[in-house]
Amino acid sequence: MKACGIVHKYGDNVDTDVIIPARYLNSSDPAELAGHCMEDIDTDFVKRVKKGDIMVANKNFGCGSSREHAPIAIKASGVSCVIAETFARIFYRNAINIGLPIIECPEAAEAIEAGDTVEIDFDSGMIYDRTKGTEYKGQAFPPFMQKIIESEGLINYINENK
Amino acid sequence: MGMTMTQKILAAHAGLESVEAGQLIEANLDLVLANDITGPVAIHEVEKLNKKTVFDKDKVALVPDHFAPNKDIKSAEHCKCVREYAKEHGITNYFEVGQMGIEHALLPEKGLIVAGETCIGADSHTCTYGALGAFSTGVGSTDMGCGMITGQAWFKVPSAIKFILTGKPSKWVSGKDVILHIIGMIGVDGALYKSMEFTGDGVANLSMDDRFAISNMAIEAGAKNGIFPVDEKTIAYMEEHSTKKYTVYEADEDAVYDAEYTIDLSALEPTVAFPHLPENTKTVSEAGEVAIDQVVIGSCTNGRIEDLRIAAEILKGRKTAEGIRVIVIPATQAIYMQAIEEGLVQTFINAGAIVSTPTCGPCLGGYMGILAAGERAVSTTNRNFVGRMGHVDSEVYLASPAVAAASAVTGRISQPSDLGL
Repeated sequence: MKACGIVHKYGDNVDTDVIIPARYLNSSDPAELAGHCMEDIDTDFVKRVKKGDIMVANKNFGCGSSREHAPIAIKASGVSCVIAETFARIFYRNAINIGLPIIECPEAAEAIEAGDTVEIDFDSGMIYDRTKGTEYKGQAFPPFMQKIIESEGLINYINENK
Repeated sequence: MGMTMTQKILAAHAGLESVEAGQLIEANLDLVLANDITGPVAIHEVEKLNKKTVFDKDKVALVPDHFAPNKDIKSAEHCKCVREYAKEHGITNYFEVGQMGIEHALLPEKGLIVAGETCIGADSHTCTYGALGAFSTGVGSTDMGCGMITGQAWFKVPSAIKFILTGKPSKWVSGKDVILHIIGMIGVDGALYKSMEFTGDGVANLSMDDRFAISNMAIEAGAKNGIFPVDEKTIAYMEEHSTKKYTVYEADEDAVYDAEYTIDLSALEPTVAFPHLPENTKTVSEAGEVAIDQVVIGSCTNGRIEDLRIAAEILKGRKTAEGIRVIVIPATQAIYMQAIEEGLVQTFINAGAIVSTPTCGPCLGGYMGILAAGERAVSTTNRNFVGRMGHVDSEVYLASPAVAAASAVTGRISQPSDLGL
């Protein structure tokens, strides 16, 4: 499985309140949530984002609330992968559970810039910055999580295994 | 190798003799929780599961508290979804408006969680119950939904940071100041993926309400859970509120910790977290002149009876500053009733505050006190992210009930000593 797209770059501690503000949590419709994704820190994101694009951020991405609406909004906006130095733990679980690919890679998070074209090979964990001609090795998922991802989320994993 | 308190609880619930940090386990759950925001997403997800029935109708709690009483039509639909699911599945612990309170104050009060148990909740502040010596952590809706059906969840066994609390806090220093001090020290990702284990002889000087506030904000340091040892105060609380059998776990003497910090509670001062992260802490003495527009006293962090008593002690016989909106939100119906019986509600209203029915409301920018552009609030809630309580250009300053009440009187960030208290 591969992803390839243009990078939207953010800093440290991107919290779930800015990924999808609580004032929109009276909806759980993915398309409606996607329409407000990132709007409190990046008002143009929704206009700019194209299918397949990649989000890159520094440490503690997705901190704060447990709202699964956050990875749902990112996925529904068309983003194919989020790369960060580290993820907040609930966001990490939620992303796996709903099938939004995420990769921890401090080097890539540091070096990749907004507007770069980046390709990711999920099988090898390799991240290629096609604009800069650089490559990085991201942290592969442990086998247990790979099984959940192969099942395309926790629901299918439970249906297949319990 | 010795185990931490958290690791012992997880091992026992995974049917294992021992576990170590990094190990992936499947643990049995004693309680699974969702609210009106996360519940509908979970309910929608579990419809895709082959198994449809909940694992144990007594071990699921559904609490419409975030946008309830319904703030708009869409919220009303969400609450209806949760209500109908609870009815259809015979969920014992569904709390309708009238019985409901803010979930993390309500569940311990109703005795639904006790020491030694495991709990997941589709709300990040589920870590609150660590105050009772339980393993309890926030998850998303899918995890919650799957836990509600299977009675199990997978966990990566966390390593831990040990916080040795010593001494006795001074009169106006509360659990909120302790946890804000810690988050300021280690940062909002200082305990990422880890347990925060609180210990030391200072714990005995913290009330249960102090401990709930501390465990509640473990998530604001990125932690998986924040847990206290079980002592006489914990046992007294559980015996008052619950009929459930509790189990006391203690960390092994040779348990390994990633780091250890010693915190002298007697040296702490009233503390405030400046926008836009809970780690941006200063003591109130260092805060400078910060004029405010609104004060909120409430939430799953600080809406308990002791919080209201402290606020009332400061507001009694005083008036809120001109032009300042002061919103007090008792966290549960029982706390609300107690506040009425003790005359606290009268004190708040006489001072110029309003008192609301239990709701998470303003904490997450839902309703009941949204901020306009350029406005500032001192709030006893738990997050001060950009746009958390309203407009993206508004600001939230996190503080204790004592600081919030003193600030309500002066109209700027203040502490009780500024009022001669």
